[in-house]
Amino acid sequence: MTVKPAPRLRGKDLVGIDPLSPGEIQLILDTAEKMRAIAERPIKKVPALRGKTVVNLFMEASTRTRFSFEVAEKRLSADSLNFSASASSVSKGETLLDTALNLEAMQPDLIVLRHQYAGAPHQLARILKSSVINAGDGAHEHPTQALLDALTIRLKRGTLEGQIVAIVGDLQHSRVARSNVLLLNRMGAKVRVAGPPSLIPLGMETMGCEVYRRMEEAITGADVVMMLRIQLERQGRMNFPTVREYYDFFALTPERLKLAKKDCLVMHPGPMNRGVEIDSRVADGPQSVILEQVTNGVAVRMAVLYLLAGGHGEPAAD
Amino acid sequence: MHRVQVLDARGVGRVLERMAAELVEQVGDEKLLYFVGVQTRGVPLAKRLAKLVATATGHEPPVGALDITLYRDDVGPWRAAHQQPVLRDTDLPVAVDAKVICLVDDVLYTGRTVRAALDTLMDYGRPKAIRLAVLVDRGHRELPIAADFVGRVVPTSRAEDVQVRLKESDGEEGVWIAKEMAG
Repeated sequence: MTVKPAPRLRGKDLVGIDPLSPGEIQLILDTAEKMRAIAERPIKKVPALRGKTVVNLFMEASTRTRFSFEVAEKRLSADSLNFSASASSVSKGETLLDTALNLEAMQPDLIVLRHQYAGAPHQLARILKSSVINAGDGAHEHPTQALLDALTIRLKRGTLEGQIVAIVGDLQHSRVARSNVLLLNRMGAKVRVAGPPSLIPLGMETMGCEVYRRMEEAITGADVVMMLRIQLERQGRMNFPTVREYYDFFALTPERLKLAKKDCLVMHPGPMNRGVEIDSRVADGPQSVILEQVTNGVAVRMAVLYLLAGGHGEPAAD
Repeated sequence: MHRVQVLDARGVGRVLERMAAELVEQVGDEKLLYFVGVQTRGVPLAKRLAKLVATATGHEPPVGALDITLYRDDVGPWRAAHQQPVLRDTDLPVAVDAKVICLVDDVLYTGRTVRAALDTLMDYGRPKAIRLAVLVDRGHRELPIAADFVGRVVPTSRAEDVQVRLKESDGEEGVWIAKEMAG
């Protein structure tokens, strides 16, 4: 059973995977698949978002996601403005809300927000007229990452339904994992998670995934293994004894990968800690689709920008 | 809904044969010809014209498909409806450079689709020339655009709807004028 794409996105914002229906997810993925072709053309630009202004409001460090959004905006001919916390009035003590209201007074159409606190994009979405896209909020959600992961799986496998996806690593601090568990569940994949008990949040199984203590059990027979980054900067205290010990128990090595299906895809949202959660022989190996994830990221962000820029509210009478 | 048939399946076939003959005559060198159909119904029409040209000359020109959605003038800030049009595939199997492109669509109406198609094509390269072939010209142009090859001129009012049905996509074949009946 394939999910029928919705005719449009209902909300004005993309704050997370949670508010999206399977049909809306399908619409974004279908649109993204078409957007991919633009990167192959001699002129990698279409006029669809001409005259639209997008503010990239990044209150937390990011290279990949910010670049990816910026490329997506340029490919669609939108005007982008980049805002980074360190070089702004935020360092003078301005609140997020004041910053956002001041930016909105300059009439942007879309705001892409990365913030260290969960729920920041939701709050802006309620207050601002512009569409808000969540580019990662604390340890909560990172919807465009989950969408690009889903697109990568779909392009390689033809479907998400029935795929066994193992997510391994620091689930406690990972917004990528939360968005992925929500999305994959909604689209009919089977999700398994594994990591050190100190890095698995209580009640993880209530999100609709099987929780494993041992990585080997989680990846046995898997179609996809998604490795999460050990977020050394987010560890409040040491949740595992040493990086070396982490590697011994939870790194994806060529030996462990043999437990998964023969053509199992290896994914990682980046940036990778080589030799910590993933072995270089796997990261650079033939089953790795890590760089394709980056390519698909641009296409997914183009799709989200395009679909949200169409306006919101009730459809016109015609 | 009241429907009047303008062309039946045989009529569509006859009209396409005549257009193909005109095309061969006017383009001169059929080796330069490249048919590009506008999604969605321009694509099967382009394929049929290419086949007809092949029958007449022994050379089958390449056929491509063009999605003009991202170049439309009613997406983005100008659009009225709250729904973005669905994207379709653009598939140009050979480069458009130095070719005589025959753009094919089912109905020519305001001319806005053709404007978008011209801009789309230009982003793929520099054709030697672009010609326009349409099955039906229903009038009411809003832009200074004219077709080079027209299957049938069908005078209509704006309240009417021209329906082109092709066996490849719709299971039936022909051209109808449809009008919503009052009450």
